[in-house]
Amino acid sequence: MTHILPKLAYSYDALEPYIDTQTMTIHHSKHHQAYVNNLNAALEKYPELQKMSAEELIRNLGQVPEDIHMAVRNNGGGHVNHTFFWEILRKGSPSRGEVIDAINDKFGGFHAFKEQFSKAAAARFGSGWGWLVVDNGNLEVMSTPNQDSPLTIGKTPILGIDVWEHAYYLKYQNRRPEYIEAFFNVINWEKVNSLYLQAKKASVAA
Amino acid sequence: MEHKLPDLPYPKDALAPLISAETIDYHYGKHHQAYVNNVNKLIVGTEYANMALEDIIRKAGGDIFNNAAQVFNHTFYWNCLKPGGGGQPSGGLEAALEESFGGVETFKEVFIKTAVIWFGSGWVWLIQKSSGGLDILAGPNACCPVAEGYRPLLTCDVWEHAYYIDYRNARPKYVEAFWSLINWDFVQKNLG
Repeated sequence: MTHILPKLAYSYDALEPYIDTQTMTIHHSKHHQAYVNNLNAALEKYPELQKMSAEELIRNLGQVPEDIHMAVRNNGGGHVNHTFFWEILRKGSPSRGEVIDAINDKFGGFHAFKEQFSKAAAARFGSGWGWLVVDNGNLEVMSTPNQDSPLTIGKTPILGIDVWEHAYYLKYQNRRPEYIEAFFNVINWEKVNSLYLQAKKASVAA
Repeated sequence: MEHKLPDLPYPKDALAPLISAETIDYHYGKHHQAYVNNVNKLIVGTEYANMALEDIIRKAGGDIFNNAAQVFNHTFYWNCLKPGGGGQPSGGLEAALEESFGGVETFKEVFIKTAVIWFGSGWVWLIQKSSGGLDILAGPNACCPVAEGYRPLLTCDVWEHAYYIDYRNARPKYVEAFWSLINWDFVQKNLG
């Protein structure tokens, strides 16, 4: 199958003023599109791999042939991470649900979680992502470089923040902490909650 | 010892329109300055407190390495550029490029391609090895040839902050602009 750029469930200006229209436009239509194009190009010679979803590829990077391994890791990762990112963004979604209870339990309150997550995202040196993942049923904050996905190491992301400079430079320039603070206003907690419940169920089943 | 932000070798609007004054304002005034501030803060009370920057780069790891190397890299980068730069390498540099790459044009192609496809934040360098031969070194984040025992000759910053204000996602356009601003006299001077 050919990978395609997913449509956003909202307009480019829907996250204003926290994430600006121009950033959303370029981020989705240029950066994400480039990952999709480069992933398709990398898979051209491998019809077998074309049958796998991007997420399957990223979960099973070890099976990807050496000559396209980095291209799939980078661009497949870019595709999966951005698709995920668009889904966990929404303005005005109240922070509630079982995931919030689990966060409070795990981190000793929402404020402590926010601090830990923000610190991980701010401290990631260079391009990368900050994550809240479920690992064997437990919540964990982590970060990855470039477009590496927690899925590759068997962890399930339920919240993620893109800290590549392209995600915030037009509005926040060098002030990454301000962008991270703003991000907390546009988290789609309903989606995060459903991802949490799904991951929790999967870990019980396993 | 306290590390200082060096003066820019030209006014901040001197590279416009290829690299705008606004980009320099942030890149030099905020990013480069922050690396200087960070390294000064991080070395307090450590074995690196009285070390020269290049020694820190050779010996440190983690945050201290990252910030020290970024101070060095950015200072070097500013010197690689000049208003009205560009043109062609000549003399000993031209001969060295010919010997190592088979010609200036081939070197240019490889360097530009490396800078365009480098994934994520990083640096692309022209370096000289102890054998005297030249090579291209590309690496993530604070990649610095000093740490690897190479002599740096030329560098291109491919962090998005180097070009996002002027070129957005169009890194190839930035690299092309970078190329036309190279201060080849500086590169030549670095040759051992």
